[in-house]
Amino acid sequence: MVQSQITGNASEADEAARFQSKVDREIKIEPRDWMPEGYRKTLVRQISQHAHSEIVGMLPEGCWVTRAPSLRRKVQLLAKIQDEGGHGLYLYSAAETLGTSRAEMIDALHEGRAKYSNIFNYPVLSWADIGAIGWLVDGAAIINQIALCRCSYGPYARAMERICREESFHQRQGYEIMMSMAFGTKDQKRMAQSALDRWWWPSLMMFGPSDRESAHSSQSMQWKIKRVSNDDLRQQFIDMTVPQADYLGLKMPDPDLKWNEERGHYDFGAIDWAELKRVVSGDGPCNKERMTARVKAHEDGAWVREAAAAYGEKQRLRKQAAKIAAE
Amino acid sequence: MTVEAQREALFEYLLRLGDNALILGHRLSEWCGKGPVLEEDIALSNIALDLVGQSTLWLEFAATVEGGARDADALAFKRDVLDWRNFLLVEQPNGDFAHTIVRQFLFDCFHVELLQALSKSANQEIAGIASKALKEALYHRRHSGQWVIRLGDGTEESHARAQAALDALWGYTRELFEGDAIDEMMMQAGIAPDPGDFEENWKQAVGAVLAEATLTVPDANWSIGGGKKGIHSEHLGFLLAEMQFLPRAYPDAQW
Repeated sequence: MVQSQITGNASEADEAARFQSKVDREIKIEPRDWMPEGYRKTLVRQISQHAHSEIVGMLPEGCWVTRAPSLRRKVQLLAKIQDEGGHGLYLYSAAETLGTSRAEMIDALHEGRAKYSNIFNYPVLSWADIGAIGWLVDGAAIINQIALCRCSYGPYARAMERICREESFHQRQGYEIMMSMAFGTKDQKRMAQSALDRWWWPSLMMFGPSDRESAHSSQSMQWKIKRVSNDDLRQQFIDMTVPQADYLGLKMPDPDLKWNEERGHYDFGAIDWAELKRVVSGDGPCNKERMTARVKAHEDGAWVREAAAAYGEKQRLRKQAAKIAAE
Repeated sequence: MTVEAQREALFEYLLRLGDNALILGHRLSEWCGKGPVLEEDIALSNIALDLVGQSTLWLEFAATVEGGARDADALAFKRDVLDWRNFLLVEQPNGDFAHTIVRQFLFDCFHVELLQALSKSANQEIAGIASKALKEALYHRRHSGQWVIRLGDGTEESHARAQAALDALWGYTRELFEGDAIDEMMMQAGIAPDPGDFEENWKQAVGAVLAEATLTVPDANWSIGGGKKGIHSEHLGFLLAEMQFLPRAYPDAQW
């Protein structure tokens, strides 16, 4: 008994060492490979949270798809929302390779046990917000996701590569909407500035807490689930976005934002972490609406899913009966 | 018949094609993020995307035929109820998933027949758009038909809901096959078929799926039409109010 326990521990330690050595040598971890329980849990949490963000993110955009102002914009927005649903699917599939079913993940979301990107808890007030979401929110997502293409877990890294290609298209479309608004009429310009004012800070918060505060970062870095720190990604996003706002002739809602020659980066003002905490914990302007809409869609669809399952079962039994009859 | 009268008839005919696709696409887009399962959310937005894409092609061509005073967006966003030419069927509200699927299926079966005929149109532009749209419509019909079967032959509840949707919508299908003077002119010119010609095919295609779905073809003694003449249900006004809000509120803006 004692002997076998020792053997068990030794082999566990060997497995862990082998695992870390693979990670260190940039060999992807695949679903059937041994992995530490913490690695599996972290990935399920992170990938499902990412999948939930895609599907919750369909709601604020869906709220404007029926009001898109031209046929071309309507088609673009529908295509974008459809891509997001597709991203949700690949991500749920990637998470399922770790042994948690999509139904379990969705239940966790609906019961408030799983999170989704905080950004979708803000209201989408004008058509320029659709532009700002593409430009800033998808822009921030791409920066996060490009880093994730090098994640140590194979299925997640591969899903990310595909998603990144589509996201960069969304980002360009978003910026193009911002151009038509910022260079448009006085009313359009006002909508564009208001959208930037409201979406800028929440976009910066998308990179998560500062490295000093981040609860999950150091272990994730060692496992190479995370490759670049929150603060570095955030800085990269700011440096990329400020000149784009300048080109639009819009004013960034941050009086402390200025180029720092010495650092070779923009300095920026303090992020209101209390707000992030408040919105993440459920007290944002749209948290309740988003979850109510998701839960309603799920509950309203229960009879449809039951019908599909019942029909599938009938078909299976019919095929079985036909096979027996033929024999 | 004068060239001018022919041009006007063609314009009207193209509006019918464009308006059906746009209004149904718009209705489907109302499902965004609210589907019963993620795969269906994606499928419904995909079909919406196809239909809005088709409507763009029809309305662009309509705008050219009209003479260029209005573009496709002006036709979509600046016409009021009386000038819309879609069937009442496609403007009916989504209701539950059964309602949306049955509405779609009844239209898809019609759409496939119509597009097959239009892909042989003497008008090359129409034949080209119809051929492209037909590929999409065949997929739409397969999708909605499979769901009609699943719902009809699924659970007691889904069967009841599918039958209720069928009963509620059946009276709007009569209009799909009623020709008028414009159809007559299109037929004479070899541009489009007489819609009555494919009613039998439609009945057979619909009947076969309903039989497999264990649903009953309604014995409807009512029918409502008028969409082709701009006599719509009250629902269309609300749909347009939402869809056209931005271009109406900011008429000088480019989007």
